Amino acid sequence: MSILNVTNLNKRFGGLTAISKLSFELGEGEILGLIGPNGAGKTTVFNCLSGFHTPDTGEMIFSGKSLLGMQPYQVCQAGLARTFQIVKPFLTISVLDNVMVGAMIRETSIKKAREASMEIIQWAGLGPMAHKEAEGLPLPLRKRLEMARALATRPKLLLLDEVMAGLNPTEVSEIIELIREVNQKGVSILLIEHVMQGVMALSERVLVINYGSRIAEGTPVEVVKNEKVIEAYLGKEFLNAQS
Amino acid sequence: MTRLYILLAVLLTILLLVPLFLETYVLGIFVMIFFYAYLGQSWNILTGYTGHISLGHALYVGVGAYTSTYLAQNYGLSPWIGMLVGGVFAVMIALFLGYLGFRFGLRGVYFVILTIAFAEITRLIVSHVEALGSFSGIFLDFNPSFWNFQFRGNVPYYYIALGFMVFSIIVVRILEISRAGRFMVAIREDEDAAQALGVNAFKYNMIAIALSAFMTSLAGTFYANYIFYLHPDTLFGMALSIELILRPIIGGLGTILGPVLGSFILTPLSEISRAYFTKGGFEGLHLILYGIIAVLVVLFMPKGVIYYVKKWLNPILRLDEKNQGYIEKGKEAEAES
Repeated sequence: MSILNVTNLNKRFGGLTAISKLSFELGEGEILGLIGPNGAGKTTVFNCLSGFHTPDTGEMIFSGKSLLGMQPYQVCQAGLARTFQIVKPFLTISVLDNVMVGAMIRETSIKKAREASMEIIQWAGLGPMAHKEAEGLPLPLRKRLEMARALATRPKLLLLDEVMAGLNPTEVSEIIELIREVNQKGVSILLIEHVMQGVMALSERVLVINYGSRIAEGTPVEVVKNEKVIEAYLGKEFLNAQS
Repeated sequence: MTRLYILLAVLLTILLLVPLFLETYVLGIFVMIFFYAYLGQSWNILTGYTGHISLGHALYVGVGAYTSTYLAQNYGLSPWIGMLVGGVFAVMIALFLGYLGFRFGLRGVYFVILTIAFAEITRLIVSHVEALGSFSGIFLDFNPSFWNFQFRGNVPYYYIALGFMVFSIIVVRILEISRAGRFMVAIREDEDAAQALGVNAFKYNMIAIALSAFMTSLAGTFYANYIFYLHPDTLFGMALSIELILRPIIGGLGTILGPVLGSFILTPLSEISRAYFTKGGFEGLHLILYGIIAVLVVLFMPKGVIYYVKKWLNPILRLDEKNQGYIEKGKEAEAES
């Protein structure tokens, strides 16, 4: 059973084709890696899925329902949460209050929302900072906050946009563990990532896009050997030099 | 927190007793303090909590004042009821403005311009409508009675204004700890992030602007029956729009006690300096004083005066007490697991 089914997605910004005829599927409980060089259209895919952009044509079915025409908040309420590549914490309120905003979507009682949020905060390792303003958090912790907040909305599918960028290897492996735990709880994950350590460790399947279209798909090991992928990242000349 | 409530209760008791000891002129200053604290608080809901800057809030004051006065003069309707009718008008205008602004994604400067435009348009319309007194404004007749919202002396006005202020504090406090209020703050901090977390930003923006406009317009009726003279330029003009936002800015945006503190600082200063400077032939000099204070506060206390007062009073009031409890609970939970 697939939880997300994208068919023939197209999105243009003026003369620039950001996504062209992109189709992919994501199985329930799966972790799918979405990679591609800078400007390949990965974040645009996320923006279309999460309702921030309207695709020109194509269809996106999320657990049986079309996402077309939905506002971002409706997408989230339907069970599809996202994080932002450039983290967007609510700076002047506490970490707990940040997470509570997400939790209150599902929980009308403030008290219960607070308890649920506290649990997620502890799990994400933000416990000691729970009552500090988000402004004081360094980037690695902001990335965790971004994830904790999205998880508080109890998603069925989580879109993670470069949650490992800018972290050192230890921090990356910690985040990998967290993502794995989330996945084991039954949350499907679509992962945009440049940090290959993360993509390799987590994804069962990887989808590679360039100029908005799919150029390869397969297991991580298959994909990194694919000529088109190497060409997209390193250029034709690299391939010629190798052979 | 408990100690803060005790302090507030003590202050309120003092304010309730003050009229017994003060002369009319000083009471008048207090009335203006409460009046502007209330206005600042109402504006604070839209700008301080939800983050949309309105520079046209005089519009709602004017709508409230003109509606209740018009209904009282032409239909004999009590201003107490006219006040609510004015509130409904203000909400309708605010929702229209909000729809244009929020639906079509006008943000920042563009939203500000929209609010100014609405206030100016209304000012010009009212200036040309004969039934509303056009350029010369409306004088109110003095018929003191509770039903007419008109009283002899400043004492009744004092208590009504105080009631308004306390009412606004309670409303904003309830809002602040509610779901809606928390969503508004999230929108203020980052609208996209709030949306991505499932917050219907449009809905909460509309609630914020409607509530803010409704409360602001009530102050208009009070103004009309306290000053007894309505003029489009003073009631819809930029000067009032700016006047009413200075107190929350100086006191502390997006805080409950900020606008109140700001009003206690600025209003007496304005009233006394205005009287003093005018005597010396320097009309308008108090505005320069305002400017200087605003610049100083923005430069040296960008979070508002209340932030520093809180810090300073924290050892006595233990404002973090509640949070402390949670932190300890968290630690206990960690130790157990």
